[in-house]
Amino acid sequence: MHDDIKDSLLKKSRATRSEQRGRIISLTCTAIIVLIVISIFYFVASKGLATFFSNKVNVWDFLSKSIWNPGSTDSHGSPQAGALPMIIGSFGVTLLSAIIATPFAIATAIFMTEISPNKGYKILQPVTELLVGIPSVVYGFIGLSVVVPFVRHTFGGTGFGILAGTFVLFVMILPTVTSMSVDALRAVPRYYREASLALGATRWQTIYKVVLRSATPGLATAVIFGMSRAFGEALAVQMVIGNAVLLPHNLISPASTLTSVLTMGMGNTVMGSAANNALWSLALLLLLMSLVFNLLINKIAKRGRI
Amino acid sequence: MNSKKWNTVATGILYFIAGVMILILAFLLIFILWNGLPHVSWHFLTTPARSFQTGGGIGIQLFNSFYLLFLAMLISIPISIGAGIYLSEYAKQNWLTSLIRTSIDILSSLPSIVVGLFGFLVFSIQAGLGFSILSGALALTVFNLPLLTRNVEESLNSISESQREAGLALGLSKWETVLRIIIPEALPGIVTGMILGAGRVFGEAAALIYTAGQSAPALDFTNWNPFYIASPLNPLRPAETLAVHIWKINSEGIMPDAAQVSAGASAVLIIAVLIFNFGARFISSRVYGKMTGTK
Repeated sequence: MHDDIKDSLLKKSRATRSEQRGRIISLTCTAIIVLIVISIFYFVASKGLATFFSNKVNVWDFLSKSIWNPGSTDSHGSPQAGALPMIIGSFGVTLLSAIIATPFAIATAIFMTEISPNKGYKILQPVTELLVGIPSVVYGFIGLSVVVPFVRHTFGGTGFGILAGTFVLFVMILPTVTSMSVDALRAVPRYYREASLALGATRWQTIYKVVLRSATPGLATAVIFGMSRAFGEALAVQMVIGNAVLLPHNLISPASTLTSVLTMGMGNTVMGSAANNALWSLALLLLLMSLVFNLLINKIAKRGRI
Repeated sequence: MNSKKWNTVATGILYFIAGVMILILAFLLIFILWNGLPHVSWHFLTTPARSFQTGGGIGIQLFNSFYLLFLAMLISIPISIGAGIYLSEYAKQNWLTSLIRTSIDILSSLPSIVVGLFGFLVFSIQAGLGFSILSGALALTVFNLPLLTRNVEESLNSISESQREAGLALGLSKWETVLRIIIPEALPGIVTGMILGAGRVFGEAAALIYTAGQSAPALDFTNWNPFYIASPLNPLRPAETLAVHIWKINSEGIMPDAAQVSAGASAVLIIAVLIFNFGARFISSRVYGKMTGTK
């Protein structure tokens, strides 16, 4: 016997079925993203670790030696993969550009939130937003046609090198760090400022002793975020750094970064060779550094919340 | 010096630095547009590039950029909306959710060159797609997903809880509530995020040099059959985009008018980013007006 009422009571309703479908669809989309992240780690690590396991390069040698010629072997028979020049180059441009950009970014952010929150904010906010969106190759091109000749005329040398890379990255991370600093300063409650001013503090004393202090975690996050962008930037730096895999003698001698060597080299090596594996080890190093930056940001955010 | 004088000095310094900042930013924009715009003409935008002679254009690269952008957004929009819905509506506060959030955070902070190399290894080599638009679009999807997802999630979270309760009270399932009530209301925010993401993708180069390739073979703009090898729509052909083109002609240095071509191409890129930015603002206010009936 066919019983409509019984059927409708025992079967899942249309709404329940659509609900289940929806849950499965949205969960699948999320799973895809997690899967991508896991496979990025898996593939980069399996390629990058091959240098140490199948090509028998000592990890310490990789980090501390300065001869990068992974296509040929040294006296012990393992490839000459010393990544120190690139590591120094990457950290050099990252730290120097962050050191220059931080005061500029924070001062501009203070200007936008404390000194001129109406007029200054209205002018600077859209401009920084726009500059965040400028593609990095455009920064590289400007670096090539303005910064490199400028460095060459002022300091001598070829103009290519860590100094040029620093200038380009400084301009590149400036808008990002500024807009994040603005967010951090705006998150400071208004009554902090009011309390400080009511105690007779001047505006500068309020900014310096109250606003900046309570926004410190946010500002630190902004700077570290800028550093992680600078560390991972590839093409803009590659165009102005000179691409010489040598320990940099000074700021204006051609150098290289992890990203620049990867950009130049990956197309010229055969998959699976020692030279290629060594490049993947550099990629793995980049990946790990971005993890470290991420971890630092999380740590600071957690501490700031308490 | 007393504190009042310090206050004046500090204010002066802050004004000065903000002025310097505005000068730097203005210089960048004016430099690009001033140097680039004289080279931009209809001829420049439509003719193919020339490697060894002057007078080449950026026609194919421009088309490739838009086609790649279209494909990348076609793949990433549905995934990011689905994941955004999951995170904002279904995810419980537990270790699984925090694992998902952490991995999205990690993905969004990865250097784009690492994403490009991953795409090169997985899509170009292991999946056998070679240097093609499709592997480029997949790499751009990987690059774009975390930001789009976060944007969708934030837009959905900003909708008030009473809307969800109203939907459930009408007997709609949670999924239907999300699709019919929450997403339409959150649409302005979602669309804005998508357009800004599109602007980011449009200028991306590092993720593409080893996935979409660095060559732009001649295209036959009369044959639009996607399976024909020289067809503009063929997703398996190598496709150098505008941003990759700027990088390539500058680092190779064999094109005699590389500086002029890259200035022009940079100006085109900047204008595209400007259009995306203003478009995002304009459309979001239009969509908002339409959805809420304020206009």
